[in-house]
Amino acid sequence: MRVTVLYFARMAEIAGCANEIVEKAPASASALFDRVSDRHGFGFGRESVRVAVGDRMVGWDTVLRDGDEVAFIPPVSGG
Amino acid sequence: MTVEFLSPVRIDTVALRRSLERREAGAVVVFEGMVRNHHAGRSVLRLEYSAHSMVAEAIWRDLQAYARAEFQVSAIRARHRVGELGIGDCAVWIGVAAAHRAPAFAACQWLIDAIKRELPIWKREHYADGTVEWRHDASAALNVAI
Repeated sequence: MRVTVLYFARMAEIAGCANEIVEKAPASASALFDRVSDRHGFGFGRESVRVAVGDRMVGWDTVLRDGDEVAFIPPVSGG
Repeated sequence: MTVEFLSPVRIDTVALRRSLERREAGAVVVFEGMVRNHHAGRSVLRLEYSAHSMVAEAIWRDLQAYARAEFQVSAIRARHRVGELGIGDCAVWIGVAAAHRAPAFAACQWLIDAIKRELPIWKREHYADGTVEWRHDASAALNVAI
């Protein structure tokens, strides 16, 4: 399974990119986060990050599908 | 036509305010969030806003629908800037029209709090000492999207 992962703000700065394709992605959003966190060393724990698939916020136990666009949302600072 | 909440250009506050006028609306409450020159004791020169646009627009539609259902209001308008802003620029604008002032104040307050808490938008501050930092507000981390 192949998914696109989107990064924002400090996470994009640390990853050095705004998005990347992950091949052989794990089945859940949480496992995907753990994998990319290990690789990039984001320093954001899952308790402070939210996840979106497509244009919707979803739970960490969400099962991913091939072609999904998954965004990890670190603590926000809009307004 | 879908009007986008996120604006890469200066917010036209006059046009937005005018679009809220209703014959039945006895109250219009407006909140303008401006870029200020300091944060946590540090001098700020300018800032940038970045967003996950698709998710921000979707959540904004939900927030607006919730506010319409929850408060007795006639009309809601709002914009949030993305891109580069200077001190004194309008970063976020919210206007609510209602028959009476109480629901207009309540809806406006609820909307700005929800926008700050729920929307995937980040600011990157440029400080006078030359450093640049993305802000990730701890208070925003514990909340769950609607």
